Amino acid sequence: MTIYKRAEDIMLRKTFENEIQQVKDDILLLGSMVEQAILNSVEAMKKRDIKASERIFEEDKQINKKRFEIENKLMVLIATQQPMAHDLRLLASSMEIISELERMGDYAKGIANINIRMGDTPLLKPLIDVPRMARIGVDMLHQALTAFVNEDVETAKSIPVKDDEVDALYNQVYRELMTFVIQDPKTIERANWLLWVAHNLERVADRVTNICERTIFIATGEMAEIKSTDDEFWHSQRQQK
Amino acid sequence: METTKYLKSLLTPKGKKQESAVMAQSLQSQENTKYVLETKGLGIYYGDFQAVTSVNMPIKRHKITAIIGPSGCGKSTLLRAFNRMNELSPGTRIEGEVLFEGENLYDPTVDPVEVRYRIGMVFQKPNPFPKSVYENIAWGARIHGFKGNMDELVESCLLQAALWDEVKDKLKQSGLALSGGQQQRLCIARALAVQPEVILMDEPASALDPIATLKIEELMQELKKNYTIVIVTHNMQQAARASDYTAMMMLTDRQTRSGTVIEYDDTRVIFTNPKDKRTEDYVTGRFG
Repeated sequence: MTIYKRAEDIMLRKTFENEIQQVKDDILLLGSMVEQAILNSVEAMKKRDIKASERIFEEDKQINKKRFEIENKLMVLIATQQPMAHDLRLLASSMEIISELERMGDYAKGIANINIRMGDTPLLKPLIDVPRMARIGVDMLHQALTAFVNEDVETAKSIPVKDDEVDALYNQVYRELMTFVIQDPKTIERANWLLWVAHNLERVADRVTNICERTIFIATGEMAEIKSTDDEFWHSQRQQK
Repeated sequence: METTKYLKSLLTPKGKKQESAVMAQSLQSQENTKYVLETKGLGIYYGDFQAVTSVNMPIKRHKITAIIGPSGCGKSTLLRAFNRMNELSPGTRIEGEVLFEGENLYDPTVDPVEVRYRIGMVFQKPNPFPKSVYENIAWGARIHGFKGNMDELVESCLLQAALWDEVKDKLKQSGLALSGGQQQRLCIARALAVQPEVILMDEPASALDPIATLKIEELMQELKKNYTIVIVTHNMQQAARASDYTAMMMLTDRQTRSGTVIEYDDTRVIFTNPKDKRTEDYVTGRFG
């Protein structure tokens, strides 16, 4: 038992603080499960390992379970601890963040699904840019979650910039696949599969941006969208046409 | 007699506590008994008026149980039944049983004074004895035949109640000279001095400001490691923040005006997904 010599030694709301810390740890754990799922899904596709892709389906169930577990904890904290101001922003935003993470897990599952559906069909082209997209996306996610835990606004603001790299790679993959399709329209299905994989990874990076927005909101109370370079990309595409 | 022996063993100086065979035996029997306290079909009467009707409720060991509900539904009456405090009002009687460590507290062979040593109480208004800080704590223990080092006991109780540093230079001053929050912590320290197993708290923070309230709540979280706590509170948020289990009390009907526990559950469940519509209405502030 902790011995307090005076009332001033009692850290007010220590129990609540500990519970908040536990939620943050849980979110980090969920994040690392998602990071692993994304990397594994792409690795399985690269190696055309169907069994590994099937395992991702099982792992996704764990991710969903963890998400609901955290959601329940958050709900209990909001109901019992009457969070205000910063605490309220943190708990409400955590609700949003775990849902983003769960959706990212679904993208990994989507990639695993494509690999399974491809069956024996060989890859249209060796995967080079796609694993790179996965790597960058996962790095962004890792940094975003670290920034979230530390409530580091500067880092949170800097991460979405890296989304440009992912978008550029996506664009590159898109063009490359289109070349295959134009040369031989029979490749359309195989090209489409890979395009979906790349698209899923591009979405992962977008969702990281949402996590960064939440982190800024928690720390500053400012709810603002970080300007998406996607919009600029599609705008320029339209102009080119 | 067993109880007396056990109690004396508790009152030996701290270091020797572990060596006591009686203590070891008692700890073993404690593990065998699932609940510290349990009521079975408990009804409480003030003369002809039945204040509380058929309460069946467990109090779990080393947990904080909160009793909530609107005014006049019998919360304090129920709490006072846990250490036979109601008997101090004439004409009070009970039906059913209150089991403490599996034994009926209301058995004619049980000494109510002894019950109140093992199940201590802290009241709404701080009520230190008009004696020195030191005596407030030493008195009860001395009456009960404490032969150990009294200075150590006083210091240990004040430390547990997070009051030591504030009063260590004023031990000879009157307990009444302390601030409200300090007086309430002194009352908690006094309750600890006879080393009870259970501490009953009747609105312990309602006379205190929000910061002193949060301090008492945080202190309860520490105390529950060694004691079992039952708290009556009007402040629903306090029950939500500070308790592990919650009992919701309400009048059974408007004619008889008798209260009962309508729902008992994990506090997290009571405040996020109560089963009874009346609990839901009360915790969401729609009861009226």
